[in-house]
Amino acid sequence: MDNADKKRLLREMIFYRRFEERTFEAYMERKIGGFLHLYSGQEAVATGVLEMAVTGQGKDNDYVITGYRDHIHAIKTGASPSEVMAELYGKENGCCKGRGGSMHIFDASQNFMGGYALVGQPFPLAAGLAMGCKHKGTDQIAICFLGDGANNQGTFHETMNMAKIWNLPVLFVCENNGYAIGTHINRSTAQPDQYKRVDTAYCMESSQHDGMDIDNVMAAAKEAIDYVRSGKGPYFLELMTYRFRGHSMSDSKGYRTREEEKEWEKRDPIKLYSDKLLKAKVLTEADIKAMEKEIDDEIENVIIKFAEEGPEPKVEDLNKYVLDDNPDPRWIGPLQNN
Amino acid sequence: MAELAYWEAIRRAHDEEMARDKMVIAMGEDIGVAGGTYKATSGLYEKYGEERVIDTPISENSYTGIGIGAAMIGMRPVIEIMSINFALLALDTIVNAAAKIRYMSGGQLEVPIVVRTPGGTAHQLAAQHSARLARMFMSTSGLRVVTPRGPLDAYGMLKSAIRSNDPVIIIEHEQMYNMKEEIPDEEYFRPLEGAEIVREGSDITLIGYNYSVHLCLEAAKKLEADGISAEVIDLRSLKPIDRETIRKSVEKTHNVVIAEEDEAPVGVGSEIITGINEDCFFALDSQPVRVHAADVPVPYNATLEKAAIPNADDVYQGALKALGKI
Repeated sequence: MDNADKKRLLREMIFYRRFEERTFEAYMERKIGGFLHLYSGQEAVATGVLEMAVTGQGKDNDYVITGYRDHIHAIKTGASPSEVMAELYGKENGCCKGRGGSMHIFDASQNFMGGYALVGQPFPLAAGLAMGCKHKGTDQIAICFLGDGANNQGTFHETMNMAKIWNLPVLFVCENNGYAIGTHINRSTAQPDQYKRVDTAYCMESSQHDGMDIDNVMAAAKEAIDYVRSGKGPYFLELMTYRFRGHSMSDSKGYRTREEEKEWEKRDPIKLYSDKLLKAKVLTEADIKAMEKEIDDEIENVIIKFAEEGPEPKVEDLNKYVLDDNPDPRWIGPLQNN
Repeated sequence: MAELAYWEAIRRAHDEEMARDKMVIAMGEDIGVAGGTYKATSGLYEKYGEERVIDTPISENSYTGIGIGAAMIGMRPVIEIMSINFALLALDTIVNAAAKIRYMSGGQLEVPIVVRTPGGTAHQLAAQHSARLARMFMSTSGLRVVTPRGPLDAYGMLKSAIRSNDPVIIIEHEQMYNMKEEIPDEEYFRPLEGAEIVREGSDITLIGYNYSVHLCLEAAKKLEADGISAEVIDLRSLKPIDRETIRKSVEKTHNVVIAEEDEAPVGVGSEIITGINEDCFFALDSQPVRVHAADVPVPYNATLEKAAIPNADDVYQGALKALGKI
């Protein structure tokens, strides 16, 4: 990876942090409604894993799917940040025309197959995407990002089993941030090492790595993705991380200590990576400052502007997209012979 | 024309669609090597192989979810759930995912899956194998729910469901798999929407769906012996419901009975009568009558089971009640 790429990666992570923190402000201003789950702290995971996948190439991308903490996964896969922000604003120019919102970001044009609010639901959907890839004989793989909390759903066990017996090209990325909403992993999960839950139980290749250092993440992801793409079957990659914000905006974080938070903040993925690049003289403090300024300008003058100025969906379109809006009468009817 | 059993009609539809389109696959418990609990997929495993006729583990929610994921990128999975009772395990992926993905994505994605499942009582299968649950699926936005009453529709509607771009729930019935009917030798399609008048009449409308259409037809024969002319409507589709056909019939006969094998509360009958109230209340000469199951978990004991589930005589009695004859 050359210096330009390293700078780009740092810029991406700073952008993701600033994007999320700006959505926080918009939420407080009531520009964004519903539930909002921020990714701050976990940036190295989505950024590092997807850096190793095929993204930004439209329909040639790998398929990516995740839970409700989905803004950044969508953007890194190739979704337009402006359209994601407009979606959070519920506008017609949002990526889902304002029908999905924060927890349901989709960009089919980039193979970002959605954010889902039922914890654990994306496991089987991801395996299905992988089944489709295998059936069509493409080189694509499916990548499923979910938190450690999802692994206590039945879908986790059912899907790990089927992904393995059918040898599906799917990478499960477990973003282990230690909490299932507000319950610590040691209180919710008999085996806290998530990668161990699939190795003997489902005979699946798996490993656990630090998820705060993006270089570590990329190295682990490359190995996992190469494995899956080579046709060897599914892989379960556990990355240890931490969310700096609460589970959602209504979370006061009363279940964890300030000391614990401070420990993790020392390993802020952006700080770790910028320190590394500064030390290697890839860039200077002034470069980072300039980068931040440029990002803030872009967010304010392009992205927020796009969302603010976007039109409201039309009430007369309320019933669109429920079923196929242009069905073939040969299959749908109605029956003519009464 | 050839006489085919219901299960043979389903198998033929699978076979033709799988031969035509490689994207069509079948999934479910015991559908491949074992040929399917009701034989509806027999022979397909040998013909299309294990990649396209997929024996799943007993994991209803997740194998349905896998079908949904595959459908999102162009596959056409036909998923068999062995009993509608087990479909409750898959409600999350059916109701929260399949039914909502098109909408949540603002129309970017579609989920063209077909879920086939028998819903109905058979013989002493007891409470956990006798649920009907049509009312649960018909209350979900984003699904199509159809109820083929015989081989003609079982074949033609499955063909249409596979071609349709929407998630379609096909509710079959354990007691109908061996039912026979003449169906054309050449390929045909039966649309997913639209009720059908299966018997014309002028004095009263009997409305059924799935197995209860046959109860209505039997009741109509008995009524005919009494000099009462009954029209029988097969709803065919529970979502959406063809209210126009119902309205026209009620405006002709002015009396109506709804026969459902399910329990009454928040059921098919409730919905049909609400539609009649909204569309043609003043055409009614009598209070609509619901014939339905007792509001109990289905008992194992044969006598109690018989008492819990409506039969043709109950529909007949319901018609007499509507007409003020009893």
